[in-house]
Amino acid sequence: MNDIYKDNIIDHYKNPRHFGQLDKPTVSHEEVNSLCGDRIRMDLKIENDQILEVKFKGVGCAISLASASMLTEEISGRKLKEAAGIKRDRILEMLNIPMSPTRLKCALLPWEVLLKALQKYWKKKL
Amino acid sequence: MIDVNKIRQDFPILSRKINGKNLIYFDNAATSQKPESVLKTIDDYYRNHNANIHRAIHTLGEEATAMYENARNKVANFIKAARPEEIIFTSGTTASLNLVAYAWGRLNLSQNEEIILTVMEHHSNLVPWQQLAFENGLTLKYLEIDESGTIKADALEEIITPKTKLLAITHMSNVLGTINPIKEMIKVAHRHNVTTVIDAAQSVPHLPVNVQSLDCDFLAFSGHKMLGPTGVGVLYGKQKQLEKMPPFFFGGHMIKEVYLEKTLFNEIPAKFEAGTSPIAQVVGLGAAIDYLEKIGMDNVREHEKALTDYALSQLAQIEGLTIYGPKNSQIRGGVIAFNLHGIHSHDVAQILDAEGIAIRVGNHCAMPLHTALQIPASCRASFYLYNTKEEIDLLKKGLLKTKKVFL
Repeated sequence: MNDIYKDNIIDHYKNPRHFGQLDKPTVSHEEVNSLCGDRIRMDLKIENDQILEVKFKGVGCAISLASASMLTEEISGRKLKEAAGIKRDRILEMLNIPMSPTRLKCALLPWEVLLKALQKYWKKKL
Repeated sequence: MIDVNKIRQDFPILSRKINGKNLIYFDNAATSQKPESVLKTIDDYYRNHNANIHRAIHTLGEEATAMYENARNKVANFIKAARPEEIIFTSGTTASLNLVAYAWGRLNLSQNEEIILTVMEHHSNLVPWQQLAFENGLTLKYLEIDESGTIKADALEEIITPKTKLLAITHMSNVLGTINPIKEMIKVAHRHNVTTVIDAAQSVPHLPVNVQSLDCDFLAFSGHKMLGPTGVGVLYGKQKQLEKMPPFFFGGHMIKEVYLEKTLFNEIPAKFEAGTSPIAQVVGLGAAIDYLEKIGMDNVREHEKALTDYALSQLAQIEGLTIYGPKNSQIRGGVIAFNLHGIHSHDVAQILDAEGIAIRVGNHCAMPLHTALQIPASCRASFYLYNTKEEIDLLKKGLLKTKKVFL
């Protein structure tokens, strides 16, 4: 029945990786999906164009929180350019569940937060 | 009491299967399903009578006009308006409320004057006033809810000042189900010369509403939440208010005489119905009212009260489930917002959908209310005349199943 609540989704939801916040983040960004009240904030510690540390915090459904948790695993330690180059399809591949258009918004919210955080960082650097 | 099984036969969609299960439609506060009679009326209108209304000398045009105006009479009679001219057809509650805000509000509300709203308003009865407040330098004041999700009429007396000019309030909350004591509040408002606007989107479909007894100045509701089609709504206004109110949309039909340098506007209600109206939808709304009147609004209310009592008692048995709003069905309509501890409302809705159960989740266009309740979102089950206690049992079962997936 509920093919979307696979074990790995529930696992990431219940035990989110990199959950919390950083003391002195280089950049942080928060986005809200006001439609459903989801809220994801991401803190990044960046040095030499590399993501040294990442933490996220937020409220949301299993899909958005699992997506955030998986994404933080994916970008931890990566070069900024690589992180910024993550495509939408990669997020869907990580989640690997059937997705309705409404749930797509939940799934992609953390990715949007990441991209906007990186944009913010580059803008600040300029 | 009403014969629910017989009523269910009238709604074709209720025999649909969703994910292999019987559809249980608990999203009535968002929109209702439509009975066969409404569908047939709309179909018949397009097949046999379709023409543009007013100013037509040909047969179809006269038939369509008669059907359209007849629906206006039905609406007037349904909410006990003094005359059909007090019924303005709009595209929905939102359009009705915006019309009052733009046409009446701009003219009558000026710098430093106050509008009183409540924290439980739907965005459509909040944002238009907020924007007007920015434009005209007005002050917004909000009535807060108590722990049971209600507002007392006395609370209004306390915050009204000589600067207060408008009270805009929902008759029934689309989240908490709270039925506000608007009759008393309107009385208080009028004693202070405060004009009243009622958002009746959730009340007119579910309980008897009498605008003359309420004595409200304006009242807005939608057709699609009361068995009618989408695209049509109503603004009721007292004749003296509507006559003073300038038109907002300009164009065809709303004029009496047009010259290159000036225009004389039409009488009410035409003054506010510029352009081609949603004719088929208005006619369909008329059929919806016929259906509701045949059942009787007192009966609809009694049925939903019984469902609400039952649902409140059943859902309260689920550990970790919080219900928002009043526990007393005397002051609560068939709308129940709740949360399951530790589970986001989206996930609840998704799992229920797999069981064929349609509920709504999110902030239900009432973000300030959710902020006041200190929750990001909620699940909402809302009932109508075709829902049954058995369906509520299945909702309970579905919620217990949801808990198992997550806990």
